[in-house]
Amino acid sequence: MNRQSSLNHSDSSLHSGFHTKFRLTWAIWFLLIIHAVVVLAGFVAPYSFETQEREHPYAPPTRVHFVDCTGTFHFRPFVYVTKSAENAIYQYQPDCSQRAGIEFFSQGDSYTILGIFSSTRHLFGVQAPANLFLMGADGFGRDQFSRLLYGGQVSLFAGFVAAAFSAITGLLLGGIAGMYGGRLDDAAMRFAEVFITIPWFYLLIAVRAFLPLQISPVVAFLLVVSVIGIVGWSRPARLVRGVILSARERNFVLAAKGFGASNAYLLRRHLIPLTFSVLLTQMAVLIPQFILAEVILSFLGLGIGEPFPSWGNMLAQAQQYHVLVSYWWMLLPGLAPVPVFLAYHSLAETLQERIKSNI
Amino acid sequence: MRLRRSLLLCAAALLPLLAGAQGIAQEDLLRTTSEPGIRGGKLVIAQRSEPRTLNPVVAIDQNALGINARLQADLIHINRATQKTEPALAKSWTISKDGTVFTLKLRRGLRFSDGQPFDADDVLFSFQMYLDEKVHSSQRDLLIISGKPTKVEKLDLYTVRFTFPSPYSAAERVFDGLAILPRHLLEKDYQEGKIGQAWTLNTPPAQIAGLGAFRLKQVVPGDRVVLERNPYYWKVDSKGQRLPYLDELTFIVVPTQDAQVIRFQAGDSQIISSLSADNYASLEAEQKTRHFKMYDVGPGLEYNFLMFNLNSDTEGRLPEVARKQKWFRDVRFRQAVSAAIDRASIVRLVYRNRAAALATHVSPGNKAWFNSNVPVPARSLPHARELLKASGFSWKGDNTLIDSTGQPVEFTILVGSSNTQRGQIATLVQDDLKAVGISAHVVPMEIRSATDRVLNTHDYDAIVMGLVSGDADPTPDMNVLISNGQTHLWHLGEKAPATPWEAELDQLMQKQLGAMNYQQRKKIYDRVQEILAQELPMIYLASPNILVGAQENLGNFHPAIIEQYTFWNAEELFWHPPAGKQ
Repeated sequence: MNRQSSLNHSDSSLHSGFHTKFRLTWAIWFLLIIHAVVVLAGFVAPYSFETQEREHPYAPPTRVHFVDCTGTFHFRPFVYVTKSAENAIYQYQPDCSQRAGIEFFSQGDSYTILGIFSSTRHLFGVQAPANLFLMGADGFGRDQFSRLLYGGQVSLFAGFVAAAFSAITGLLLGGIAGMYGGRLDDAAMRFAEVFITIPWFYLLIAVRAFLPLQISPVVAFLLVVSVIGIVGWSRPARLVRGVILSARERNFVLAAKGFGASNAYLLRRHLIPLTFSVLLTQMAVLIPQFILAEVILSFLGLGIGEPFPSWGNMLAQAQQYHVLVSYWWMLLPGLAPVPVFLAYHSLAETLQERIKSNI
Repeated sequence: MRLRRSLLLCAAALLPLLAGAQGIAQEDLLRTTSEPGIRGGKLVIAQRSEPRTLNPVVAIDQNALGINARLQADLIHINRATQKTEPALAKSWTISKDGTVFTLKLRRGLRFSDGQPFDADDVLFSFQMYLDEKVHSSQRDLLIISGKPTKVEKLDLYTVRFTFPSPYSAAERVFDGLAILPRHLLEKDYQEGKIGQAWTLNTPPAQIAGLGAFRLKQVVPGDRVVLERNPYYWKVDSKGQRLPYLDELTFIVVPTQDAQVIRFQAGDSQIISSLSADNYASLEAEQKTRHFKMYDVGPGLEYNFLMFNLNSDTEGRLPEVARKQKWFRDVRFRQAVSAAIDRASIVRLVYRNRAAALATHVSPGNKAWFNSNVPVPARSLPHARELLKASGFSWKGDNTLIDSTGQPVEFTILVGSSNTQRGQIATLVQDDLKAVGISAHVVPMEIRSATDRVLNTHDYDAIVMGLVSGDADPTPDMNVLISNGQTHLWHLGEKAPATPWEAELDQLMQKQLGAMNYQQRKKIYDRVQEILAQELPMIYLASPNILVGAQENLGNFHPAIIEQYTFWNAEELFWHPPAGKQ
C-alpha cells in the first residue's frame, strides 16, 4: 500500500515537473519570439508605421486568396486591389481584374533596426496599387499590423526597462536596508512607503507639464519608463530586504562573517545571489503590470504621441463610438497584450514553483 | 352655507381666467406662419454640461445661452432659417436717414412669465445693465461703437429710441440675443451691485421670469434643467393657438458626444446636434429602424484653421519661439504651408465629405457674404517648394528643410485633446508638411491649457483650432479681424496694426460697419476675404457641415446653421400623433 502510494506520488511529481518545464519552455520561447519580432518590426511589417494610404481609411483586413474570381487555384497567395464602393465612403470592393501576388523580401518603406541597420527590404508585401492590411487600416489608411509591431517596441520595452529599473533600485536599497538594519533600514523602508503612496498618474501629468512642449519620442519613452519605474521599486525593495534579513542569520553567512568578511563582501558574494530567484519572479510579475501601465498612459494621451504608435495610443482610437461599433479591427491592439501577459504569468508561476521546490 | 361656499370657490377659480381673457384681448400678439401644431408633450435635449448661470447679463457659455434664449426674448430677432431679422418684442421700427437713430415700437399688453406686465422701463433697465461697465456684460461690446456707448431713451410707455454714435450697419442684428429682463425682479440686485450673482442655478424658479416661450420649473444640479410652458407667451400660430406647444422642455447633461449618441438611440433625448460625420454615419444607417431622421444642413459658420504665433512680446521672453517666428512672419512661408496642406483629404478623411474646404474664414454656408471668387488652394508641392526657395529656405540631402542659417525647420502644433476631429486634422497636416521637409510635432493638450497659451502666455509655435461666427453678418468677426480686437488671435494686444495689410483690414472693417447698403458692404467684405486668403494670418482649412437628428414625428423641426441649430424655434416644435391615431 505504501509502495503504491509512493509510486503514485512520484508519478504525479514527474508529471508536474514535466508540465512545469513545458510551461517554462513555452513561455520563454514565446517571449523571445515576440520580442524578436517586435525588434525586427521594420523588416517584418510590410509598411512603415506612418505611411498613410489616404484612399483607404478604415479599410478592413485584406483577404489573402489562393482561388481567384474565376475559380482558378494559384499556389502563390495573392490579394485583389480594392476600390471605394460607389456612393459609400469607407466601404471597399475587390477589383477582380487587378491581382497582386504576395512577394517575399519585397522592396518598401525604409526602416532602421536598433538605429544601426537600415534597409528597404521587407519580409513580405504587395506591389502598389494593391495594399496588404493584415489587420485592417486606421482612419488615415495606416496599416494596423505594422503599427501593432512598431507599437510593441514601445509597450513591451517600456515594461521591461521599467521593471529592470525597479528591480535594480529595489535590490540596492532593499539589500542595504536588510544588511545594515537599524536606522538605515527604517529610513529606507519609510522612503519606500512614501513611493508606494505616490499617485503615479498625477506624477506623470506634473512631470509632463514641466517639460517643454516638443519632446522627442525617445524622451517621452524614457519619461514614461522612469515614472513607472520610480513608483514601482518599493515592492521589490521590501522583498529583497526580507530575503536578506533571513539570509544574514544563516550559518554559512555567519561563518563567512566569522572569518572576517566585510558587509560589502557578504552582500556581493553570499546574500545578493540569494535574492536573484525572488527578483526574477518579481520581474515576471512586474513586466506585464508595467506594460499595462504604459498602455493606460498612452491610451490617455500621456505617453508616446502621434504619429508614433504604442498599443495604448492605438487603442485610444476605439474610444470613439463609431469606431467601436463599425471597425472591429481597431480593437485588436487591446488583444495584443493578452498572450504576452499570459506568457509572463506562466513564467512567473513556474519560477515561483521552482523557488518553492528548492526551499 | 354649502352653496354659498361653492359659489365663492367658483368665483375665485374664474377670476384669473377672466383677468387672463381681459389680458389676451389687449395683447399685441405675434402670429407665426409655421405649420400649426398640437399642444402637449415633452422634449428632452442633451447638452455637454450644465449652464453656469441663468443670468443673461453675464452668461457666456453656449449651454447657458441656449437655455436663456428659451426663457427670455429680444426686441428684434434673427430668424435662423432665413438668416434675416424679424420683429420680436418690438412690433416695428424706423431708422433715421443717417442710420444712427432706431425708434422701436414695443408690443403692448405683454406679461413676463410671472404675470407682471412688460413695458419700455424694462427695456431701459436691461440696456442700462448691458452698458454698465461694472457689470462686465459681454454684450456691452456690441453696444459700444468707436469707443462711444449707444444711447437708449424712453419716448413713451411702449416706444424706445436707440441712438448709435455713428452709422451702424448691423444695428438690427445686434438686438438678437439681448434679452429684455424684468425690472421688478432684478432692480434690487442691480442697485446693490450684485447683478452678477443673481439668477444662479440655486435661485428658486419662482424668482426667475422672462418673456421667453418657457419658464424655469426645476434645476437638478449636474443632471438636468427642466423648463415648462410659459402661459403668457406672446406668439400664436395661424389658427390663433398660443405657443409654445410643448408642456416641458428638459436639458439633460451628457458630457460626451458618444454618450449623447447612445442616449439619443435609446430615446432618452429626442434631438441631437453638432454631430461628427462619423457618428452621423452610424446614426444615419439606423434611422429607419429606430424612427429618427438625420439632417445634413450643410457647412456651418465654424471654421478650423492652422495658426502661427505672430505675437510680438516673445522677444527675450521666449527665445525659442521668437527664433521660429522669423519663419512664421514671412508670408511666403505661410503660403507654402498652405499650399502643402491637402484640404481635400481633411474633408474626406476627417469629415467624410461632410465639410467644405476653406480659403478664408467665411464658409460657403454663409451665402450672403461668401466670396466665391477666392479659390480654395489646391495642394501643390512644387508651388510650396518654389515659395520656400524664394524665401531663402533650402533642403538637406534627407529632404529636411533648413532656413538661411542652416537651422532645420521644426515646430510644434498644439491641438485641444478633447476634439477628435482637430486632432486628426493636425496629424494630416503633420504628414503633409513632411513632404516639403518640415518637421511638425503634434502636441495634444487639454483645451484650457492650450487656450491659455494662445490668449495669455503666447508660448506656442502653431495651433490647430476652430472658431464659430456668432452670426452670418461680418460684424461679429470684427473682434478677430481688427488689430486691437479681443480675439485677434494671431497677434494679440497690437497697439497699432503691425503690417500694412492689417491696417487695411482695420479700415475695411470699420468702413463696412458704417456702410448702410448691402452691395456696398459685400464689396468691402469681399476685399477683406481676398486679403485674408493672400496674407494667411490663419491658414483656413475646413468648415464642417451642421449634422443633426431628431425623432421623426417632431413637427416644425427646421435645423439651421446658426446656434442653436436644432431648437432655435422651440416654441413651434410639437409632436405629431403616432401613426394610426391621427
